[in-house]
Amino acid sequence: MSDIQADISDTSAAALGGEGTVKDYWTLLKPRVMSLVIFTALAGLVAASSDIHPWLALVALLAIAVGAGASGALNMWYDADIDALMARTANRPVPRGAILPGEALGFGLALAAGSVLVLGLLVNIVAAALLAFTIFFYAVIYTMWLKRSTPQNIVIGGAAGAFPPMIGWAAATGSVTLASIALFLIIFMWTPPHFWALALFREGDYARAGVPMLPNVAGADETRRQILLYSLILVPVTFLPSLLGTTGLVYTIVTALLGAAFLWHAFDVFRLRAGEPARRACRRLFGFSILYLFAIFAAIIAERILGIVPFTQVIG
Amino acid sequence: MSPVKDKKPLSPADMSRRRKRSLALALVLAGLVVLFFVTTIVRLGGDVALRNL
Repeated sequence: MSDIQADISDTSAAALGGEGTVKDYWTLLKPRVMSLVIFTALAGLVAASSDIHPWLALVALLAIAVGAGASGALNMWYDADIDALMARTANRPVPRGAILPGEALGFGLALAAGSVLVLGLLVNIVAAALLAFTIFFYAVIYTMWLKRSTPQNIVIGGAAGAFPPMIGWAAATGSVTLASIALFLIIFMWTPPHFWALALFREGDYARAGVPMLPNVAGADETRRQILLYSLILVPVTFLPSLLGTTGLVYTIVTALLGAAFLWHAFDVFRLRAGEPARRACRRLFGFSILYLFAIFAAIIAERILGIVPFTQVIG
Repeated sequence: MSPVKDKKPLSPADMSRRRKRSLALALVLAGLVVLFFVTTIVRLGGDVALRNL
């Protein structure tokens, strides 16, 4: 058998694509990230206190979720080379060979276009424009540019993850307000301590992939200092919704208690610098930061469900 | 020679995966039909029944 014939007989379905299962495509959407996006977008929707029809709210959440999934698929298409080098991501469908890069790209682009069109046609143009910008920001500005070029990648790139409550708010009201920007700022300031805590205990992974995360570039001590600084900014920012009349006393108390715990964990990361205790402190902050964000946005939703009056109305 | 001609016949596992992907796509398309239909009804509201004919 000639070499050419051998090559042809070796050409499998995998090499030509079409190997991916429905579950592989579902994985491309980053379902865990998508669930947090849905949750924060829901908080933005209910915090806006508009009279949006529940069905249209559901359509908006669906479009936002699919848009977030599209961003995830485009990210996995572009980052397949570095995903293959990191333990946490090596088993994703593209580096594993289950889905071809072109298939992931087509899937991501189709979902991106579909989600923006659905949101624009069925809900409103402002929300659709914000969703389109978010997908562009995550796929192009963060994934293709910042992630591989600067240790500030997740500081600026974090904006992409911070937009969903603003999109939810815009879906409900058709506008962007200071109150919705305050919700954006909470996630924006939360992202650096959250990801840097992860980067500190996954430092080897990012170094192997050549991703310039702060611990690899500026060192672990500088990262710990930056985590503490961002945490010190984050906690006051979480009170902005109360000051702007979006949230009430329950949210303010919950946020104060959670903020104190967040600062405690951040200070632990700053203080413990070597060995297993330092790694455990980073893991604790990373784990708590997820609970923290979830609880803050849950408090916003719970207040609206329980009909609790915004803080400014109580003191005013 | 086109890649399609070079492709080996699909195995039963490949066929099963393709069938499931096709089914998922069909469900998504059916879901979109329902989504646009219900949204149209919701956006039109009850007033559509009171218009002058």
